[in-house]
Amino acid sequence: MTAYGLLIDYEFCTGCQSCEVACKEIHNIPVGQWGIRVLDDGPWECSDGKFNWNKIPTPTRLCDLCVERTDKGQQPFCVHHCLAGVMQWGTVEDLAKELEEKPNQVLFVPKPYQY
Amino acid sequence: MKIFKGQGTADLGKPWRFEEDGLTVTRGCAWSPPGCHPTGCGIKTYVNSNGELVRVEGDENHPITNGRLCVRCLTIRDYVYNPDRVLYPMKRAREDRGKNKWERITWDEAYDTIAEKVKYFKDKYGAESILVMGGTGREGGPMLPAYAHACLGTPNACYTQSGYSCYIPRVAGTTYVMGATYPEMDYAGGLPGRYDDPMFKLPELIVFWGKEPLPSNGDGLFGHAAIDMMRRGSKLMSIDPRVNWVSTRADWHLRLRPGTDAALGMAMLNVIIEEDLYDHDFVDKWCYGFDQLAERVKTMPAEKAAEICGLDAGEIREAARVYAAAKPAQIAWGLAIDQKSNGVQAGHCIMALEAITGNIDVPGGQLIGDVNDGLELGFGWNNLGPELQSKILGIKEYPAYVGLVLNAQCDMVLDALEAGDDAKYYPFKMGVFEDTNFLAGTCAAQPKRWHDAMVKNLEWCFGIDVWMTPTIQATCEIFLPLSSTVEHDTVVYTHYGASPIMAGAVNKSITVGDCKGDCEIFYELGLRCMPINFEKYKDYYDFLADYRLAYKRTFEELREEVVHQKTEMCGYYKYESGRLRPDGMPGFNTPTGRVELYSTMFRQFGEDPLPYYEEPQFSPVSTPDKMEEYPFVLTTGARTYCYFHSEGKQIPYLREMNPDPLIEINPEDALKHGIADGQWVEVASPFGKCVLKAKVSQIVKPGVVHAQHGFWFPEKDPEEPSLYEVWRSNINERIPHFMVGKLGFGAPFKCLICSVKPVSENYDTDMMEVWDHFGKLVI
Repeated sequence: MTAYGLLIDYEFCTGCQSCEVACKEIHNIPVGQWGIRVLDDGPWECSDGKFNWNKIPTPTRLCDLCVERTDKGQQPFCVHHCLAGVMQWGTVEDLAKELEEKPNQVLFVPKPYQY
Repeated sequence: MKIFKGQGTADLGKPWRFEEDGLTVTRGCAWSPPGCHPTGCGIKTYVNSNGELVRVEGDENHPITNGRLCVRCLTIRDYVYNPDRVLYPMKRAREDRGKNKWERITWDEAYDTIAEKVKYFKDKYGAESILVMGGTGREGGPMLPAYAHACLGTPNACYTQSGYSCYIPRVAGTTYVMGATYPEMDYAGGLPGRYDDPMFKLPELIVFWGKEPLPSNGDGLFGHAAIDMMRRGSKLMSIDPRVNWVSTRADWHLRLRPGTDAALGMAMLNVIIEEDLYDHDFVDKWCYGFDQLAERVKTMPAEKAAEICGLDAGEIREAARVYAAAKPAQIAWGLAIDQKSNGVQAGHCIMALEAITGNIDVPGGQLIGDVNDGLELGFGWNNLGPELQSKILGIKEYPAYVGLVLNAQCDMVLDALEAGDDAKYYPFKMGVFEDTNFLAGTCAAQPKRWHDAMVKNLEWCFGIDVWMTPTIQATCEIFLPLSSTVEHDTVVYTHYGASPIMAGAVNKSITVGDCKGDCEIFYELGLRCMPINFEKYKDYYDFLADYRLAYKRTFEELREEVVHQKTEMCGYYKYESGRLRPDGMPGFNTPTGRVELYSTMFRQFGEDPLPYYEEPQFSPVSTPDKMEEYPFVLTTGARTYCYFHSEGKQIPYLREMNPDPLIEINPEDALKHGIADGQWVEVASPFGKCVLKAKVSQIVKPGVVHAQHGFWFPEKDPEEPSLYEVWRSNINERIPHFMVGKLGFGAPFKCLICSVKPVSENYDTDMMEVWDHFGKLVI
């Protein structure tokens, strides 16, 4: 079976949190819970005086990749609204090629799970 | 054409209205309310057969936003159907001010009462006794002068923020120096091919100077256009005391001491002139006063500026060289320039930098508006007549301010309000609040003084808003409910019409309660109070076509087009083609026809015609004796994604992003003062105290703190004296009154001093309380 994922270019993710809120809206997720969450690595100062600050949208155990939308040829709701346009949805195979072409990206392959 | 790879495409080419899965989908541009700058992002609303909005989605057809939406529009359903929203006109007796004792009335009763009161105060005290106060961002914001002059017939419009410390100081500078409104960074917004359009050139360098457009979309600039350009290769320079995300992606970040921008600007000019890095051709042909400027900026060598700004001289030289060498380069200069009494001079430096490097009105540089494109300003002003015009407060004292924006000088307004019947010229008796919640620490310094003076001395007031706010709760007798951006037909014009980008249709798709839009209320109330200005219109849509579209097209035409990119107005080098001056002659619309590096207009107003540096009124340099008591430099008001100033606190998904008002403090300082991350602290300035929640972070340098503004707590007690606990964390109470520049502009909202001390109380927002109050939608 083809695997699908989200490719996120965290070099240019500005931390606008549109993905978080878009997801909550389309899936009716209450406050205090998330389907995708922007994790915050920084800001902290490096020895050269430059700052590290990466915002990394990370799908949670609730993410179903908006399968209802993608089946209709639409983008997942988070991808559609990302202000910086740093998210891509697609097959792992295609996204892996994109990943080779541009560094500082991360590929997630989320699937809701139960334990 | 895709702007980014993940862009939606499913609805490309769809008409303005279509059906999908049993829902009616309407494409439109979003603007106000919720408050935002006029960016007009593309939005699709999905409405069911009961007329209920079930979903919104970004419109991929929009040439600038391409389907992208920020959290403030993504949550529009929570806004529209929020249980706390006011859906009908209401009234209350004057003795019930501050009490939640409102009673529903009809629009007719509301309009009749207002018209009657307007007539009463005009007859008894003169029209000038009516004071119309407005806010920012929402559609009603830029309509403020027209609300006063055209709709109600008083000369006294007032944007209440001390020194009009928002946008207008920059606009005044550009009007006087360059003969144009704010020169926006060019992001190819009006060009059909956008970044790939053959007319456009990608900027080599984008400078963000005291501006954070990503969350703010300041003045209608879609901030993330900068990210689009970065990903195509533009480099960034950030001039900002704080670290923000943009500064971490900048090759150069100058973390200057707050309030010292004019010194930095002068030094950069000096480097560029001394090292002969300037554009001789542009300077010779199109600039006035170059030699005088060169002479003046010699007084600010890089070493001196370095000492003032807390930077290295080498850093300043490098920044100047990099900026001068980049072709083209663009500077986005922001609110920070407005928020100091020396800001007009800082702005003058920035314009001089743009001019002498030849970046004005070139592709990828600073875009200025075509003189034939502007909307008519001063609606209703002429019909006031010379006598009333001469009574606008402050016209003698601050002509450069009052004459330009046709607003009363706001610091003088507070003095007059406090003086009541003893006011120097005349007392204010009636108040109007249109789209403003300035008591909540937004566009006013010393809001408690405003509150006390207004409650005591304004005899009758009405307010226009979506929500009951502390401002209206404290002061008003009538409340007019405003409809949101998906509930009315109007037009959004990006950059307030100052840049040739686009006009967008704000298309109505639902009705909620009995609410009306800013333009609709303006038109209907104007017909009753000042028919002379409105009788000529056939109906609301005829009015809209004139007021918003200058009869270039009808609203109905725009509705179907949704977005009209002003391709016909796009053009560069307009100073050569005569498209900057009403007389059609080449040159700039200034007295000398050139960019005035030496400003003849400043000279005429009694201001120094050349840039100079002045220390903030309170700083380690100007008040060393106070630094023991107030050891921090205080900056305020940085933008967040979740709120537009005081707006958005009732939207649970937004509130959860930033539940409490934060003050950023460096880890070194936090250790020294015994402050833990997340602990509440008391922040005191020479002007008072409040409590905020500490965020310990290297975002700010040691010795500097940054405080959030605009907090109130709509889940708390609405009545006096609490007023939704509006005074508890109100940082604007810490900002002084009437410490403005010579022209009346600029107050130290971003360069003050304060102390920060830990407290043992915990004021954390209970998100479940917010969810209980506002999470259950009323459909």
